[in-house]
Amino acid sequence: MPFAIPKDSYAGKINSLTFGSGDKAVTIGGENGLPFLSFESSISNRPVVALEIQDVAPSDWPDTVRKVYDGVSGSPAQWAKFCQDSLGAKIVALRLVGTHPDRENRSADDAVKTVTEVLSAVDVPVMIIGSGHIEKDAQVLKAAAEAAKGKECIIGKAQEENYRTIVTAAIANNHKIIAMSQLDVNLAKQLNILITQMGFNRENIIMDPMSSALGYGIEYTYSVMERIRQAALVQNDPMMQTPLLCDIGPNVWKTKESAAPESELPEWGSLEERGIVWESVTAATMIMAGCNLLVMRHPKAVETVNRLIGELM
Amino acid sequence: MIIIGERISVIARKVREAMAARDPKPLQELARQQFEKGANYIDLSIGPAEDDGPQLMDWAVKVIQEVVSAPLCLDTTNKAAMIAGLKAHNNQWGRALINSASGEEERLNNMMPLAGEYNAEIIALTLTEKGIPALAEERCEVAANIMAKAMECGVPMEDIWLDPLILPVPFQQDKCKESIRAIRLFRELNDPPMKTTVGLSNIANGAPKEMKGIITRTFLVLLMYEGLYSAIADPNDKEFMDTMKTVDVLMEKRLYAHSYLEM
Repeated sequence: MPFAIPKDSYAGKINSLTFGSGDKAVTIGGENGLPFLSFESSISNRPVVALEIQDVAPSDWPDTVRKVYDGVSGSPAQWAKFCQDSLGAKIVALRLVGTHPDRENRSADDAVKTVTEVLSAVDVPVMIIGSGHIEKDAQVLKAAAEAAKGKECIIGKAQEENYRTIVTAAIANNHKIIAMSQLDVNLAKQLNILITQMGFNRENIIMDPMSSALGYGIEYTYSVMERIRQAALVQNDPMMQTPLLCDIGPNVWKTKESAAPESELPEWGSLEERGIVWESVTAATMIMAGCNLLVMRHPKAVETVNRLIGELM
Repeated sequence: MIIIGERISVIARKVREAMAARDPKPLQELARQQFEKGANYIDLSIGPAEDDGPQLMDWAVKVIQEVVSAPLCLDTTNKAAMIAGLKAHNNQWGRALINSASGEEERLNNMMPLAGEYNAEIIALTLTEKGIPALAEERCEVAANIMAKAMECGVPMEDIWLDPLILPVPFQQDKCKESIRAIRLFRELNDPPMKTTVGLSNIANGAPKEMKGIITRTFLVLLMYEGLYSAIADPNDKEFMDTMKTVDVLMEKRLYAHSYLEM
């Protein structure tokens, strides 16, 4: 008797979501099976990577990744253009970290100016990510959403405490939303329900399970993502069928392995290589868990991950 | 759990009249309403329909699937009408469910081959010409005969939904726990477990109106604990649906969120 590969079939399917405009628009999601199991399910769209830029110079990034953007990181528009034109980024993720009250405390008006400049500098889709400060994000992202009207951006992150303002702005200006909860499947589902109950189309939500980095509790993120995918595909839970976002840069480039100098730890080898490997491995782990959209910092790590995705597809 | 919405039944006067007049509106309205409330299948019961079964079934399947993206559960003893329904059915949202075969020889011979021929799923009642067996073990014997016939017709075991038949508690109190046991025993007949379904509302037939809800809901919980796969019921009954969702959550078949009842 010939050997037959046992195959599972899944009741549910991940929503497919298109953002950006024109021929540079990007579509993610759409798969009806677990990650890369193409022998039993169809993967309509490959996971994609966005390159991160910021509204202020990245003074807190390790030198090894900061130097890649020397000469452009002082201007968000030039930085965005560099990512698109020189590094071939398919998506640019603008993090408005400078609006955080503990950082430069830039105003919503400052953010609008940056968003407008970046949007006119590139034609690839743009993601607009707040600083993570609950109250400030509500103000900043509302203004940014209005400034980006018509560009079908992804904006976020909407959290339990500020989703109302951000979702209202996304509805009014036709954007997609990142819904983030803190490593908790039940709260993730609850937030999606609440957002949907405001009249927001659930097919325009991307879920951020709160990703981590290798050595920073990545196994928790992995388990949460696995559970989300089980609910979406096996239990056919419509609230969990959104594409998944992993925003790994901030944690990866905070780990000791990506930042500790060679003079302190000569036995760990090249610092530059370490950082790139750390970001690559973190990203690879996240795509194995079902991530559809990654936000990353080092172009060499992006290259590695894109090659891996190509081999897995 | 899978819910088969029971509202489009020839027994209801409104449905009967709409079918006779070929007025699509009442059928479409009932279908839409049930689908929105969470029905996974819409039952379409036309009765024996001796005069114009095939034409009626063909028409009804098409008008219902115009408004809901769901598979239908085709409910008639009229073989020609069943064939017409299976031909008209749009499989885009799932395959049709034949309602029903049974252990009665004629009915089994009529319906089971259709499941194979039209690649449909099929509900099979575990009763014979002699009626509904008293004990769960005896219903399993009937189920085994049905499964043998299915194999003969090339119908996979996963496509058979066994129905142990529910008898009303006011008249047949001693049979209730046999139906519950039957669900457990049916599941053990195959690996993966056989699918099961019940016409739930029958449990409270003959009980006072104000008692029907509590009896039906509590019975549902007992059946679900034994692994009931689906029920033919009214998804407009909010308390019933809330109970079903809560059992799903407690049995870890549905992910908990504070607002899970609202979804």
